This record gives sequence, C-alpha cells and structure tokens, in this order.
Amino acid sequence: MGLLSSTQTIARYRVEGQFSENPTEQVRKGLKKQIITDIDNEAQDLAVGWTSFETPFTPDFEDATFQIGTHYVFGMRIDKKSIPTKVVKQQVAIASAKRLAESDREFLSKNEKSEIKDHIMNVLTIRIPPTPNVFDVVWQYEQQEVWLYSTQKVANEEFETLFNKSFAGIKLIRLFPYTQADLTLSLSDMDRDRLSSITPEDFTE
Amino acid sequence: MLDISVLYNKYRFLGHEFLTWLWFTLENEPKSLMDAEEMPLLLAVGNRIVLEVIRDENTVESVTIKGDDADLSEGIVAIRKGALVTEISLLFKKGDLGWSFTLKGENFNITGLKTPETPPVESGDETEGAVIDKLFLSAEVVTLVGDLFQSFVRLRISETWKNETVPAIKRWLTA
Repeated sequence: MGLLSSTQTIARYRVEGQFSENPTEQVRKGLKKQIITDIDNEAQDLAVGWTSFETPFTPDFEDATFQIGTHYVFGMRIDKKSIPTKVVKQQVAIASAKRLAESDREFLSKNEKSEIKDHIMNVLTIRIPPTPNVFDVVWQYEQQEVWLYSTQKVANEEFETLFNKSFAGIKLIRLFPYTQADLTLSLSDMDRDRLSSITPEDFTE
Repeated sequence: MLDISVLYNKYRFLGHEFLTWLWFTLENEPKSLMDAEEMPLLLAVGNRIVLEVIRDENTVESVTIKGDDADLSEGIVAIRKGALVTEISLLFKKGDLGWSFTLKGENFNITGLKTPETPPVESGDETEGAVIDKLFLSAEVVTLVGDLFQSFVRLRISETWKNETVPAIKRWLTA
C-alpha cells in the first residue's frame, strides 16, 4: 500500500514550524539520528527507525537520494520478532524436564518456572530473525504536510513518536476533520469561533 | 488549541456529517459541486457506504452497503434512525483519467486509492520520475477532499445550513 503501489493508503499530518536554515541538512540529521538499527542476534524484540525509500534494508542517508523534487521521501521500518507461543511452550517443557531430571525432583518452584521461561524467551529472541515492515513517508516541506502510507494504528503511533524524537522544534499534527478545518482552511477568527461552537446535527426530527 | 485527542473525540461528528452531506449532494444536487475552474465535478459514490449510529459509548450499530448498483435505500432508513455516513467509496474523473478511493470520516484516512496508471518502474533511474508522477496523481484526491470539505465547513458554519440544507436533507430522507 506504499507510494508506488497500485493501491495506496494515506494518513496525513500537518507540520508546524520550520527549520531556520538548510532544511535538507536538518532533515538528514534527524533521519540519521533515528536510523533503524539491526537487532539480528540481539535480545531486543523491537526496533523502529528511519530507512531509505529505495533501499529499505540497507538504509543510507549520506547521499541526497531522500530528496525528490521539493519533497523528502524516506521510510519508517518496524522490525519485530514474534516467537510462536507453541515454540515457547515446547522449549519451556524440554528445559523444565531437563531441570527436574538433573535435580531429581518431581516439581519446580514458581520462581524456577519463571526463570526458565525468561531464559528461553531470551535465547529464542536472540536466535529468531525480526520481521520487517516498511512504511513509506513523504514530507512535502513547502506545503507543511507529511503523508504516511499506512493507516494502521500502531504504525501511526510509532511514526508520531519517531518523528517527534527526530526533529526538535517541529510539531506534527494529525490531519483529521477538525484540525484540517482549523489549520488548512484559512478561517477568520469569527469562522473559527463558529466552528468550535457547532454541535452534532439531528436529522431524525 | 485544545489537546488533539480531545478535539478528535469532541468533533468526531464533523467528518461523519461531511460524508452524509456529500452523499446527499451527490444524490440530489451533483452539479452544485464545482472544481476550481467552476466546472461540475465528475464525482460519484462507489460501491461501498458504511453508516453508523452511536447509541452510547459501548454500542455502535453499523450498516454496510456494498456492491455495484446496490440499493442505497437502507442507508437512507439508517440516517432516519440517527446514523451518519462514516465511510464512503468514491469515483472521481478528470478528463480521461479516473481515481477511486475510500474516505473515512472520523480521521480522513484515504484507503484503497487507485490513481490513473503510471508506467512500471524498470530501472533505478526511473524511480524519481515515478515518485513525482504518483505524488501528483495522489495529490489530486487530497486536493479534491480538501476543496469539498472547505465547501462543507463554510456551509456548516453559515445560516444556510440550518435554514436550507438541513430541511433539504430531511426532505430527502422522508421522500
């Protein structure tokens, strides 16, 4: 559902605030600051960061390819390790049986069970590769608008957090009906007051 | 400005009223919707409308009308019972070019957007041009929605809304 897909999905944001100088360099700095990090062979189960639009699995913001025309085009990547519950159950059962056999006991304490489970989760998290999800992003700098090519709640929330961490002094506001009216329609103060005082219409009477 | 999540919930109805008004206008006064050159917009309802009525915080009744040439009268009955359009698929034409997409009233998410076809990208050199073409075509829909919403907001905060539009919608619902 990305930018070049035959079917697209778009969530829109308004960008409030501008960089004082050289926006391309400032955007590059922000992207590099929060570039996706590799969690293969790590005990970490989630990584969220910026990546390149054309090469999402080998991100690089050193060259100018993230700038297309007057837009900045890049991606947000969410790498998540999901361990199947049945695999965890199996490995915990094997490890528990081994511990019982070694200690010549019939039962394990609650703490021992929990300790075994934590150890198994840790080992599996290191071994399992993460599943990457890439979401295209277009920052139309002059129009003060950013499009995220996803409407998934998790992707939108991660995007808002990541954007705010990356670009200090720039505020991202989701464009939904009220904010679109308030921020993009150039309403007068009087019209803005009228808008804020409207209440739901009743068509049933 | 109030907190964003407060605004989102407080004025959630605004997008739903917009889509309900849009459906009413497309059914009854389609020529009143003009583009920037004052020409009638070639816009039509697609093959899906979702209507919802919120009874209380935990109860949402929903009606989905799907299919080409579907009977939309069930939607009118739903509005009479207090529902509003929460999601609508739209078909837009400009000259020989056509777009289809679904607009969600609550958050203005655009889903299922199909723009006019662009040539496939066969080498890395073509990516930049393809991105520019695709953005230009997608922007047509964003601009269309923005223009329609602007017309709605101007109407919604005017006296015409109470005096003419609401009575006209009620006549349509009971016709």
